[in-house]
Amino acid sequence: MSEEKKDRKVVIELQDVKRDFKVGDETVHALRGVSFKIYEGEFVTIMGTSGSGKSTLLNQLGCLDTPTSGEYILDGVPVRRMKRSERAVLRNRKIGFVFQNYNLLPKTTAVENVELPLMYNTKYSAKQRRAAAIKALEAVGLGNRLDHKSNQMSGGQMQRVAIARALVNEPAVLLADEATGNLDTRTSFEMLVLFQRLHREGHTIIFVTHNPDIAQYSSRNIMLRDGKIREDVENTNIRDAAAALAELPAPQDD
Amino acid sequence: MSFANLIRVAVKAILNNKIRTLLSMLGIIIGVAAVIIMMAIGQGSKMSIRKELSKMGTNLLSIRPGADTRGGVRLDPSAMQTLKVADYESIKEEATLAKYVSPEVTSSGQVIYGAKNTMTTIYGEATEYMDIKLWVVEQGDCFTEEDIKKSAKVCVVGKTIVEELFGDKDYNCVGKIIRFKSIPFRVVGILKSKGYNNWGMDQDNVMIAPYTTVMKRIAAQTYFSGINVSAVTEEKSDACIEELTAILRKSHKLKEENENDFTIHSQQEMMETMSTTMDTITIILVVAAAFSLLVAGIGIMNIMLVSVTERTKEIGLRMSVGARGRDISRQFLIEAVIISLSGGFLGVMLGYLGSYGASKIGLPSSVPLWSVILSFTVCALIGLLFGYIPARKAARMDPIEAIRYE
Repeated sequence: MSEEKKDRKVVIELQDVKRDFKVGDETVHALRGVSFKIYEGEFVTIMGTSGSGKSTLLNQLGCLDTPTSGEYILDGVPVRRMKRSERAVLRNRKIGFVFQNYNLLPKTTAVENVELPLMYNTKYSAKQRRAAAIKALEAVGLGNRLDHKSNQMSGGQMQRVAIARALVNEPAVLLADEATGNLDTRTSFEMLVLFQRLHREGHTIIFVTHNPDIAQYSSRNIMLRDGKIREDVENTNIRDAAAALAELPAPQDD
Repeated sequence: MSFANLIRVAVKAILNNKIRTLLSMLGIIIGVAAVIIMMAIGQGSKMSIRKELSKMGTNLLSIRPGADTRGGVRLDPSAMQTLKVADYESIKEEATLAKYVSPEVTSSGQVIYGAKNTMTTIYGEATEYMDIKLWVVEQGDCFTEEDIKKSAKVCVVGKTIVEELFGDKDYNCVGKIIRFKSIPFRVVGILKSKGYNNWGMDQDNVMIAPYTTVMKRIAAQTYFSGINVSAVTEEKSDACIEELTAILRKSHKLKEENENDFTIHSQQEMMETMSTTMDTITIILVVAAAFSLLVAGIGIMNIMLVSVTERTKEIGLRMSVGARGRDISRQFLIEAVIISLSGGFLGVMLGYLGSYGASKIGLPSSVPLWSVILSFTVCALIGLLFGYIPARKAARMDPIEAIRYE
């Protein structure tokens, strides 16, 4: 670990996190003791094949689930013993989710979709909520698509709305689950350009994927296998997604 | 989530599924409309009976000399002489809940004009009797207080007597002299016809004269056969009875242990009997309609369960971005309540329309306000009750599974 990191704030800390599931009479060990720290401003990819425990880890990081043993500290808050409703509030304040299949509300405009997390935060008035949503949409380059409904947008646009929704509550960490999985190559790169920009702007991003190519564009890679960390390396040679996008063959008009 | 937001979200969800919502509302609409119409017809029938009865004065109380025993023998009430002028005067002075008071002395006999005669009853009354029994003097005037003081031989007559004595019921006989038991009476007024009452009695075969005249010149008695009182309002009838009882007991100097030597009946007693019958019929009809509301509630629950399953992904998403179980359950509860309340609202409108239609085809019907309030309350309860299970199902979902639900 590099020296400069030591002074930075720890956003996520896992201490020997284990997660067992009971399937019939057998116990499945999905996570077998995972420990790492993620510092503010990192762009981390978590990779692994299916069955490696990366979904389970994502659920832990997203406070959707709690460890069987060990401890998970999110932005200074220990999560393991929290109640369901407390974790819901924690998610609302500290986490921004981006899902593979966007998960936008149907028949709902972009702004309303982005407003959704703030609906569950009574500190925001309707006015503040809308203002924050518009700001987030502008940040992902959709300032001109505010009132488009989800069925009137392309996949890339929908994923941008989803990213805006994840950013709107100014989360401690952005959790992306195969966020480029449903997109074509070109749009995937556009998304990576956006994530890299957000990274430069200081956002902490965790990108869970099975696609090893994406690792080249992040600042750190964690590789999971059989519920354990197999590799955790700094990426010293981060590729620029914008450059990669420019190298792609021009889109063909048909 | 704040209440305003919950309502906003619920309304949006409902509008996203207009036809389905309308269909599940239909049960509530029909149920509520049925309840409203049943109640309206029940209430309308009751009111029409009441109207019939009120022609006789609904707040009418009648004091009669009561059963008294002398040496163990119960005496015939009409032979009793307990109601005196003093009683009448103390009632007039002291009774605050009595609007009109009139003593009554009656006598039956032949009334004669020229060569014609007929059998009738003469009522000796005070002028207030007209107000108590709601008589209207069509021609001429009622006799006056002055006539009562002087025991003047004047009377007002009903239409039947006019017809029998003068051959034409529209004949204006004001000023003519007729004889009752050979006493000449000058007709000062003719009463507007009331027709037959519910018991088949001709209410127009009547002569009304000052009570003093009848007491002195015809019956030759110092007591009344009764006193008629009208209470200030129908609702105050019972209180008025109590007040009159107290006054009469005092004026008769009855001791604590003595029985009343008079009885007081109210017109209400009879109306209550009739109302009870109508109420029973109404209750049966309303219960039948209420069952349709129950079925409608189950319909709403069914549609809400479908809706929860259908929106599993949405629920998962909402939970991921910070909705607590209670936010989710409230959202679905409010949705169910809005559906049932709007159904209730439309049902009430339809009920009003149906009630209007019923009155057009001749059924007496009037929508009681409380049935509207009751319908809305029941609808809100149905929404809460039948929305509860779907809402709980939604709130208990696991966000991890819900968000990946296909």
